[in-house]
Amino acid sequence: MGKKKKEVDDRFKKFGIVSFTGITKVNDFVQYLEQGKVMGMQCKGCGRKYFPPRADCCQCLDSNMQWFEVSGTGKLVTYSQLQYAPLGFEADLPYCIALLDYGDYKVFGRIAKDLPESELKIGMEMKTQAIKLPNGQLSYEFTRV
Amino acid sequence: MGKVGIIGVGQSSFVRGYPGSIRELAFEGFKEAMKDAQLTVKDIDASIVCSAPEYDKQRSPAGVFAEYLGLIPQPTCYLESLCSSSSMGLRVAYSLVKSGLHDVVAVIGFQKMSEISSAESQERMGRGADIQWESPFGTMMPAYYAMYARAHMEKYGTTPEDLALIRVKASTYGQINDKAVYRKPVTLEMFSDPDSPMSGPVASPLRVGDCCANADGASCVIVANEEKAKALSDKPVWILGLGAASTAVNLAGRDLFTGLTVAQEAATQAYEMAGVGPKDIDVAEVHDCFTIAEMMAYENLGFAEPGGGKELIRGKETYKEGSIPVNVDGGLLSKGHPVGATGGSQIRTIVLQLRGEAGEMQVKDPEIGLVHNIGGVGLYGNVTILGR
Repeated sequence: MGKKKKEVDDRFKKFGIVSFTGITKVNDFVQYLEQGKVMGMQCKGCGRKYFPPRADCCQCLDSNMQWFEVSGTGKLVTYSQLQYAPLGFEADLPYCIALLDYGDYKVFGRIAKDLPESELKIGMEMKTQAIKLPNGQLSYEFTRV
Repeated sequence: MGKVGIIGVGQSSFVRGYPGSIRELAFEGFKEAMKDAQLTVKDIDASIVCSAPEYDKQRSPAGVFAEYLGLIPQPTCYLESLCSSSSMGLRVAYSLVKSGLHDVVAVIGFQKMSEISSAESQERMGRGADIQWESPFGTMMPAYYAMYARAHMEKYGTTPEDLALIRVKASTYGQINDKAVYRKPVTLEMFSDPDSPMSGPVASPLRVGDCCANADGASCVIVANEEKAKALSDKPVWILGLGAASTAVNLAGRDLFTGLTVAQEAATQAYEMAGVGPKDIDVAEVHDCFTIAEMMAYENLGFAEPGGGKELIRGKETYKEGSIPVNVDGGLLSKGHPVGATGGSQIRTIVLQLRGEAGEMQVKDPEIGLVHNIGGVGLYGNVTILGR
């Protein structure tokens, strides 16, 4: 009888066009993306909200965390449209990376493909939306309100 | 406890496609620094080897170099903080000497980037950012700095032309630096000429001309305690101030996008330690991996108010003859940026300036110089103040 292979929870490799991380304690992030939700983590002790989500609170030195949904709108802090891409992303060009400010936390990600750079304005309100990519990977993007 | 001095500096030429191995590359910077200091290998008590590790096949280069450079059996170790590795190496060397543990320490910086393609290199450099939460979106260094440029333009009215002027200045000095990889003239017109490579878009609003080039290179800085420095050198340059800081790797963890907090904090520390202020600086080397990085450095170091950096470059105040000469060796934009060697090259330039040995690039009679060296996208910041 062969030894039973230990199951590895590497769901995180499904995040993004190319994922460089397979295993993390916040693997449920991917589960939520599948359900159409973008989630952050909040410390139950001090109430601090973390995005990107993390398993541990460095303020309390504790790991008593709960998920919260990134909802409502955030302000566009800054952005850039890439005309040159790192390996593995060439087919996506051109694409825009950006940062949204939700007040308690910020979210780094990409602008939706159907929103041209010329329509972007720093300070504009945008939403964060979970998406399924053509290659089956999961991600999120910023869209018009 | 006495002062810590720099008694020898050296660097290889920064080139595309160095025709040798990494140990041979390191030898070039080391040899020049040793000859500069007129030392033999027995005078070196320890070495610190600095680079960003992902470019080389060799694991743990420190031991390999120590043997090749003749620095065995003395202790050696490897140190990394991305593009500011060799400034961080100088900081550690300072503490080794200041503590009395060693008398003379060599800081050896190197990088051979040409063994991988430019796209591979961008991908690896991008992994100096947050690989779990940012890299899956297809990030790269120019795009991050472009986000800072966009925010700076929005808040302060800085223009793409202001940034181009920084590249034009860099090329003025790159043309007279025989160790620079890019030595051709660059004009403002090239940025609006669709036929010029300078105008090509990379990551808006940054263009090809706003970005430094990858290069292969090595540098070496030799530090000594006051007694040894005075005994071994008739022109030691003293380390007056050291500052260093870090911040959130993910941009989502940051609050400032028109400047680098690590530079502000490192500068504050270095000025305080040296007992000087921005107005006392006679010549500076700043980390111009992108033109916007130099613009922000003017402001983060206190050479200009926030948003006032554009006035400095428009008024040519950062040229050799200006009120605060910056990167009069061509900077990273002209020299190229062999990650681990860059800090040591910047330190070398300031040491030569303070000794009055910078040749055509010499600023008139400087007494105090500053080096600003950044790792990653403002992830690490080192500011070093040197004096005669």
